[in-house]
Amino acid sequence: MEDLKLPGIDYGALLPMLILFGAACVGILVEVFTPRRSRNVIQLSLALLAVVASFVAVIFQHDTRTITIGGAVAIDGPTLFLQGSLLALGLVSLLLIGERQIERGGPFVSQAAITVGSQKDLRQAGDQPGATEVYPLTVFSLGGMLLFVAANDLLTMFIALEVLSLPLYLMCALARRRRLLSQEAALKYFLLGSYASAFFLFGVALIYGFAGGIALSQVHEAVANPERSQVLLYGGLALIAIGLLFKAALAPFHVWTPDVYQGAPTPVTALMAACTKVAAFGALLRILYVAFDGVRWDFQPVLGTIAVLTMLVGAVLAITQTDMKRLLAYSSIANAGYVLVGVLALNEEGLSSTMFYLVAYGFSVLAAFGIVTLVRDADGEATHLARWAGLGRKSPLVAGAFTFILLAFAGIPLTSGFTAKFAVFGAAVEGGQTWLVVFGVITSMLLAFPYLRVVVLLWLSEPSETTPTVSIPGFLTSAALVIGVVATIALGVVPAPLIDLTRDAAQFVR
Amino acid sequence: MEQTVEFAPASGVLSGIWLLVAIPLASAAILLLLGKRADKWGHWLGVLAVAATFVLGLIFFLDLRGLDAEARSAQVSLWDFIAVGNLHVDFGLLFDPLAGVFVLLITGVGSLIHLYAVGYMEHDPGRRKFFGYFNLFVAAMLLLVLGNNYVMLYFGWEGVGLASYLLISFWYTRPSAATAGKKAFLMNRVGDAGLAIGIFVMFATLGTTQYDEVFGNVSALSSTTVLILGLLLLLGAAGKSGQFPLHAWLPDAMEGPTPVSALIHAATMVTAGVYLIARSNAIFTANTVLQTVVVSVGALTLLMGCIIGAAKDDIKRVLAWSTVSQIGYMFLGVGLGGGAYALAIIHLLAHGFFKANMFLGAGSVMHGMHDQVDIRRFGGLRKYMKWTWLTFMMGWLAIIGIPPLSGYFSKEPIIAAAFERGDWTSWLYGMAALLGAGLTAFYMTRLFVLTFHGPERYTEDNQHPHESPFIMTVPLMLLALGSIGAGWLMSTSVPDWLEPVFGAEEGHHEAVLSHTLITILSLVVTVLGAGLAWAMFRRGTALAPQPAGVVVTAARRNLYTDAINEAVFERPGIYLTRALVFLDNKGIDGLVNGIAAGIGGTSGRLRRLQTGFVRSYALSMLTGAVLVVGAFLAIQLGWLA
Repeated sequence: MEDLKLPGIDYGALLPMLILFGAACVGILVEVFTPRRSRNVIQLSLALLAVVASFVAVIFQHDTRTITIGGAVAIDGPTLFLQGSLLALGLVSLLLIGERQIERGGPFVSQAAITVGSQKDLRQAGDQPGATEVYPLTVFSLGGMLLFVAANDLLTMFIALEVLSLPLYLMCALARRRRLLSQEAALKYFLLGSYASAFFLFGVALIYGFAGGIALSQVHEAVANPERSQVLLYGGLALIAIGLLFKAALAPFHVWTPDVYQGAPTPVTALMAACTKVAAFGALLRILYVAFDGVRWDFQPVLGTIAVLTMLVGAVLAITQTDMKRLLAYSSIANAGYVLVGVLALNEEGLSSTMFYLVAYGFSVLAAFGIVTLVRDADGEATHLARWAGLGRKSPLVAGAFTFILLAFAGIPLTSGFTAKFAVFGAAVEGGQTWLVVFGVITSMLLAFPYLRVVVLLWLSEPSETTPTVSIPGFLTSAALVIGVVATIALGVVPAPLIDLTRDAAQFVR
Repeated sequence: MEQTVEFAPASGVLSGIWLLVAIPLASAAILLLLGKRADKWGHWLGVLAVAATFVLGLIFFLDLRGLDAEARSAQVSLWDFIAVGNLHVDFGLLFDPLAGVFVLLITGVGSLIHLYAVGYMEHDPGRRKFFGYFNLFVAAMLLLVLGNNYVMLYFGWEGVGLASYLLISFWYTRPSAATAGKKAFLMNRVGDAGLAIGIFVMFATLGTTQYDEVFGNVSALSSTTVLILGLLLLLGAAGKSGQFPLHAWLPDAMEGPTPVSALIHAATMVTAGVYLIARSNAIFTANTVLQTVVVSVGALTLLMGCIIGAAKDDIKRVLAWSTVSQIGYMFLGVGLGGGAYALAIIHLLAHGFFKANMFLGAGSVMHGMHDQVDIRRFGGLRKYMKWTWLTFMMGWLAIIGIPPLSGYFSKEPIIAAAFERGDWTSWLYGMAALLGAGLTAFYMTRLFVLTFHGPERYTEDNQHPHESPFIMTVPLMLLALGSIGAGWLMSTSVPDWLEPVFGAEEGHHEAVLSHTLITILSLVVTVLGAGLAWAMFRRGTALAPQPAGVVVTAARRNLYTDAINEAVFERPGIYLTRALVFLDNKGIDGLVNGIAAGIGGTSGRLRRLQTGFVRSYALSMLTGAVLVVGAFLAIQLGWLA
């Protein structure tokens, strides 16, 4: 019998992920062994500590370029940059998730059967700081995302996909308010997510049949060989792409997004809009740039069509939305289209500008959803657009911050939205994809309408009696908002340091 | 002619020249931002700021005088103002002999007029605001003359335009003042656009707007480029200085308070055009066609101003048309080039004194006469306001050019220079200037006699003419001293002083008439004009304008220039606007609204696809998946590719 050869493991390179997974496991033990009253503080501290420690580990690894655990994980420039971005955005999301001062008991409950507003519900809100399980779930999900962007073979990628998705399905169902909507959203997300995962897995199977292996480098070599079955190649590529396009919310695989974004507790929506997007595009970048770059001429038009469709669907449908969270959902769909434009540049500039876009958009969208959590009435968040009328008179600071974020989404200069769009469009032109940029600019114009409509609503409408109050944010939400807004300004005014960082990182290992 | 221009960097005291702009600007900011809290002492702060600037200006001036003639310039680059691509514009200042005399004029005359305004505006509730605007004007005007590149100049140029607009419309509740402010603003826009495009041309052809670099490289430009550049600058200069064809706003600007008319619309701002041309002498001397255009504009305007001035009855409007005419002399001077540059500047300085003197005198008359402005309803005022009469007389004698007052020393050389232009045009421009001198004597004497001499023709009840307070008469006396002595003082020293800016005087052309003859001729026409007016008006005149011949009627109607403006520009402009609004409403808005409605409708219909049912979402994903896989396979099988 042959000796079993164990693969070499570079624990240092894996440290960021190991910290998160370890902390998440400890978090589950904390849930079991600590008294209910102190649980929230301990869990929150643990989660924040783990994310910060993991971030520090990423920084220490910054010039690592290696493939480890038998080729399953690649630690290279894009991996480290995206992991760092995920951790930074995840940290801000955790701040939003950890907020307990805006609403008694926090935005999460785990006993879903209790009716909202009943005696039991009030007692529950008074006794316990909400569902603290949300912290380990968040950390698990973040760990999965870190692995997702690092995965160097298709099965690891699939596992990472599930690790990041399953906690998210659960977290979507935890909302204290509008519980049925939340549970419906979670179920939809779960069903459609499983459906998409099945596509992905089937694609992996086809590619295994095509290449005789699942490592991205093997696929890359096989693509160069015209002897192999092209049907398996294109079928497999299409199905794998579909799985990833679903996670990134690209049309026509975006249908779940508005419902889920609306139904999920807003801090979780923020996490999904910022981090899931980074993770999904990280994986897509690696698949397209590392494994399938040999057939770029074939997938470019198909994915380009999808990008155009996504931008159009996001922009056009955003126009008639009446709910703030759904409006932001369609805006995030359109933004996914812009990111895909950057991805399809298929050059180094495309890689770096895509990464820049993801970070810039992530911070803005976190701030946007953070503000949504503040605008409330007796029934919780007031997300109907009409309710926001005249908010500028009542709370100029919050309305001003929201206006600024909307201007950033619209791509006004001196905001990160402008520099990011400029970067991806510039890369796409350089990569010969000018037609995508044309659609990008047209849809940007369309999108400016819903954003500016909200701005008009905020500032030029008279506040009515039903205009909700803006809650005084606690320290955590304030910190998250400040970070989001400052990052949006800073990346608009002095984008150079981050752009340089993305350029230095824009090289995959194979 | 190859000309190298170099400015030395500032050192020592001169590195503080930015204070000249900063002090009045800070004062303006305090006055305008503090609001009512500064009402009690605001006007004194305003006076003090300008007086301090004057003292500083004097120190800098003396310091500059202490330097060698070659090194008499000081440049301070404060910060990089605009840096885009190849375009670099310094926020830089330049203090050289030309800027020096302007600084002294602006702050010196400015201080006196500020002091006068303390008395003049005493009962006006907006006095603090008035001084705020006034300080703002001084700051902008100093920036205009101190900038070391055309963008700085433009900055100041727009600043004085703004201050002028605010001050003309200072009594904005009067419709006539509001309209006059708007008129001044709009006509200035035409000129300003010319200046702006001129600066663009400069950047496009030379790549810089710094004075030294522009002037050093003018010789490298084609003569057409120089002509275009010069004409654009001239358009800007004509707009700001009220020269033909953009002169119509200046007389209307007299709607502002009288100190404004004296400082902005007589002594300083309206001479900015002369400054621009004198400063750009390297550009204007590089093209003879350009010089001819400038001379023609000057000659035409000076005659127009005289003719219209002779027919007006409003004391301030007569002075305003006289300003138009006198600036015409200055344009004539800068257009002649060579040594006449210095002559124009001397006339500008002397004019600053005697015209400010007369405007303030007019203000004093109005102050004593219940704001009556019609000279037909004055008469015999010398009995009631001795100081005003005496000081006004000095201004009158100075402007008509009676030796040894300043006007004689400054205007007569320009007439002589016009006769020395060198070809047949000498006769044309020389005779125009000479005729202008006679007409000036006529209408100024008419104004003087009707106001201060002859029978009393007061029409209002309870009109008790009285002398103004000391705070108003003291500036008058000081300005009268300037009117008397300034001309002689400056005609002896200023040409040498300005030599570093304009270059050494070249040899004269052969004069068509001898200098002595010209002097005698100009004195003769002056005395004739003055004598005629004296004879005609010493017994007073009718209270209302009488029917008169074609010339007088035309002059009363501003030689129909307003009518021409209205017919040629205003009416077609209004029709064009209406047509564009119609097109915008029906065509462009229709298209835009149509597209918007289309997209909105699409959005509404697409929204219905978002049913909320997982089954339909799954179907949509499946359809998408089939299409994507199909597309890939189609490419692979060569159906699409």
